[in-house]
Amino acid sequence: MKFVDEYRDPERALALAASLKQRVTRPWTLMEICGGQTHSILRYGVDQLLPDSLKLVHGPGCPVCVTPIDLIDKAIHIARQPNVILTSFGDMLRVPGSCDDLLRAKSAGADVRMVYSPLDAVKLAQQNPEKQVVFFAVGFETTAPPNAMAVVRAHQLKLDNFSILASHVLVPPAIRALLNASDNVVQGFLAAGHVCTIMGTREYEPLAEQYRIPIVVTGFEPVDLLQGIFLAVTALEEGRPGVQNQYARSVTREGNVAAQQVLKRVFQVCDRAWRGLGVIAQSGLELREEFARYDANRRFELGGVVTQEPKNCHAGEVLRGVLRPPDCPAFGVTCNPENPLGAPMVSSEGACAAYFRYGRLPRANAR
Amino acid sequence: MCLGVPGLVVSMDPPSDELVMGKVSFGGAEREVCFGYASEAKVGDYVLVHVGFAIAVLDEAEAHRILEDFETIARLSAQSEQEPSEGSA
Repeated sequence: MKFVDEYRDPERALALAASLKQRVTRPWTLMEICGGQTHSILRYGVDQLLPDSLKLVHGPGCPVCVTPIDLIDKAIHIARQPNVILTSFGDMLRVPGSCDDLLRAKSAGADVRMVYSPLDAVKLAQQNPEKQVVFFAVGFETTAPPNAMAVVRAHQLKLDNFSILASHVLVPPAIRALLNASDNVVQGFLAAGHVCTIMGTREYEPLAEQYRIPIVVTGFEPVDLLQGIFLAVTALEEGRPGVQNQYARSVTREGNVAAQQVLKRVFQVCDRAWRGLGVIAQSGLELREEFARYDANRRFELGGVVTQEPKNCHAGEVLRGVLRPPDCPAFGVTCNPENPLGAPMVSSEGACAAYFRYGRLPRANAR
Repeated sequence: MCLGVPGLVVSMDPPSDELVMGKVSFGGAEREVCFGYASEAKVGDYVLVHVGFAIAVLDEAEAHRILEDFETIARLSAQSEQEPSEGSA
């Protein structure tokens, strides 16, 4: 398949790894923001091709992982109401809430359905006028425009039985929060190629300038990742901070303007709590007043939902890149994909799930 | 969640006030995709698809340029690795 095979070519990857070894003269720490990149790095063994002095830490770019537990509890609460169809991307279904997850609510009789696209949820609302259809709208800037389009579509169709439970977060404020943290170790970032496909690279320029760091917009295949790492390391070695674009086949400086326009029409920026990271100012999206009637928070009585974070879960430290999953005392012991303590162990973008799935075991087990 | 998959545009509905939909082939498997955010796409283009939406028309020239740049870097690195050993031999 074109645009895939050439980026999984082992010869290209090995040649890049050899160039990279020559380029590195000092220890450096880079963070890949996106959980999709984390999975690709571990799946293809990109981490094992890097020089020892080059460390990759994994970022908070897993929307499922950073969705606050109270929203998961609210989704479960809504799903249990009569005459409700709760729809969600598959990734969200097994994320543990305070005492349950959506899949277990489904097995206990709730009508929970997995959708491939937010437009599928709108279609369900059209087909089931006697039911309330709620879409659990989770995601970064990549997913916000499709979800916004679903709201616009419901508005055009005058559907009064469609609403969304929105948990949208934005990448640049999270990068800023990570860099401001006193325990930050990250010297350069691989920015998420698909977020930037929508938003462009422009909003990363002030970050690179203020913190004097390289930010390389990077794709998701192993050759993409090695190229992104090479560009970031070269910038660090040469003392040249700034924004570079490895993923130019998809990303432009301006981004996808049509998508940005619909996003801005439907959503406005708000303060937002990130699971594991706390509240980050101006880091989320909420529905504008014009579309407030599609807000599930307003449509359902959600005041009584009580939440409790799981004990012994270090997801917050993992999401900030401070703790490697195999160094967590619960990893593979009391926490695994069958019985997860936190979201990073179940999400297809979670760092803990990646380490577990691709056999990067804790040191004690590896012996 | 931000997963994006490249696919080949097989067909597109004519432009209208409704959502512009079309079909994209992923290595033979076809799916219906919304082109509301990639209305410039044409049959035969490769697009990046995310949650049922085409979000970019992939730029072949840019893809080639970057692959070629890195091939040059790899060639130069390999040469500079050989040179010292040739010198010492």
